[in-house]
Amino acid sequence: MSAIDVRSVTRRFGSFTAVDTVELTVEPGEVVGLVGANGAGKTTLIRMILGLLAPTTGTVAVLGSLPTRELRRRIGYVPQNLGLYRDLTTAENLEFRAAAFGGSPAASPFEDNGLIGDLPLGLQRRAAFVAATQHDPEVLVLDEPTSGVSPLARSKLWNLIREQAETGAAVLVSTHYMDEAEQADRLVLMSRGRVAGTGTMSDIIGDIGAIAVAAPRWQEAFDLLDGSGPPVTLSGRAIRVLGADLAAVELTLAQAGIAAEVRSVPATLDETMVLLDS
Amino acid sequence: MTWGARDLTITYGEDTALRAVSVECLPGEILAVVGGDGAGKSTLLRALAGIGIPHQGTLTLPDQGLTGYVPSEGGIYRDLTIDEHLDFVSTAYGLTDWQARADDLLTRTDLAAFGDRLAGKLSGGQRRKLGAAMALLPRPELLVLDEVTTGVDPVSRMGLWRLIAGAAAEGAAVVFATSYLDEAERAGTVLLLHEGRVLAAGSPADVASAMPGAVTESDQPGSPERSWRRGRRWRAWDPKGIQSREKVSLEDAAIVAELVAAGEET
Repeated sequence: MSAIDVRSVTRRFGSFTAVDTVELTVEPGEVVGLVGANGAGKTTLIRMILGLLAPTTGTVAVLGSLPTRELRRRIGYVPQNLGLYRDLTTAENLEFRAAAFGGSPAASPFEDNGLIGDLPLGLQRRAAFVAATQHDPEVLVLDEPTSGVSPLARSKLWNLIREQAETGAAVLVSTHYMDEAEQADRLVLMSRGRVAGTGTMSDIIGDIGAIAVAAPRWQEAFDLLDGSGPPVTLSGRAIRVLGADLAAVELTLAQAGIAAEVRSVPATLDETMVLLDS
Repeated sequence: MTWGARDLTITYGEDTALRAVSVECLPGEILAVVGGDGAGKSTLLRALAGIGIPHQGTLTLPDQGLTGYVPSEGGIYRDLTIDEHLDFVSTAYGLTDWQARADDLLTRTDLAAFGDRLAGKLSGGQRRKLGAAMALLPRPELLVLDEVTTGVDPVSRMGLWRLIAGAAAEGAAVVFATSYLDEAERAGTVLLLHEGRVLAAGSPADVASAMPGAVTESDQPGSPERSWRRGRRWRAWDPKGIQSREKVSLEDAAIVAELVAAGEET
């Protein structure tokens, strides 16, 4: 039995369809990354998994039943804004959460008796994670769990997330960032309410490509290509053109007399999202 | 002209926010300042933006009015429209013939259709793009962007990137702060900041190859202090190892730089 089982779920708000016939499963021990642009339907989907919102059609099952209030005791959730009480200490936050969710409070992950709102963000994130997992949830839902912290602090948070998965929790992580998406076992990409791709990062990118342009003076080439239509960005000193034809890019550069090396390269996950959305 | 800081030290009471930080911002180049919360990114960017912070060391900055700055928060008036924001900037900077550039900036940020919308009604990503467009309107020589892409979705982020690259293409020196390394890799130069100190600087490839020791991948956890997860597998750092041909990612190099810094403190 999948720990999270979303079957053919649609959610409408008036005439707007936020989530459109979505299928999603997360198995115990698995870390699934949920990616997509704003408005892709990620937040609406998470709200339905947490039982905060009912689907218009379709079914959401968490640990084999409808996500009721009672079931919330078996789910851990860390929202983007962390859900901590900033004017309580870390220990008080953990005690409060234990009182609401049952069980005994975990030991504070670090020594500090001050208010949690005064702590560095990296420590607040660790405290929020401990608060959400101290009742040993079987399902863990995390919204951008490492946003704003240093690379080392991020890797430490991922150690904790992996520990939860290895003791059998099903973990769903929503993120905008590739650094984080790379940590998942499997990704689900949403675009305009639908699942647009699923699998590893390379499965999702598939044969979607970009054009990389290396020019001795990239500024000149960038100026020219930026005005030519398709989205253009930069990676180091290489220009990247999305959704364009190699020959067309070569021609544009040649006609302007700009010498450049032009080749097709695989798109990044971000670029794939932009192309799917446009 | 090269802008930047030399041996910049900034203290707030007993806290040292920056320690002897040196940085060069070259015209037409993009510099990423990377670090976590408390690294000193915002302090460095405020200093580069010419906000008068008492400091030791030397700052070389453009004349007033030739720096564009987007702070990490604020700078947007909820009850003014997008058009009114740009009008406000043009008046504050005494710009003439700015309308065509404003139109171009709004088109490139996908905001052109919302000119009369109140900023309070914009999404987070749209507000960040408006902030960047305002900073770019006076054609700054130095563009300073503090976490403009944090919390912004990938599609808006790409739009911001396009704008940033366009500013560099016009010849501006661009400095931006981020806590994400995949984003820093888009810059020509990376400055790794941790607790107010520069841990590493150079092109993303240089920073990765300058890493001391070696990082290896394994199915088994290594020493808890020196190993971290990458998906189901572990990465481990051996300070005395010799890096094999396997490429080190910028993220690995950044983690190691923090481990080295932590080792020096103890």
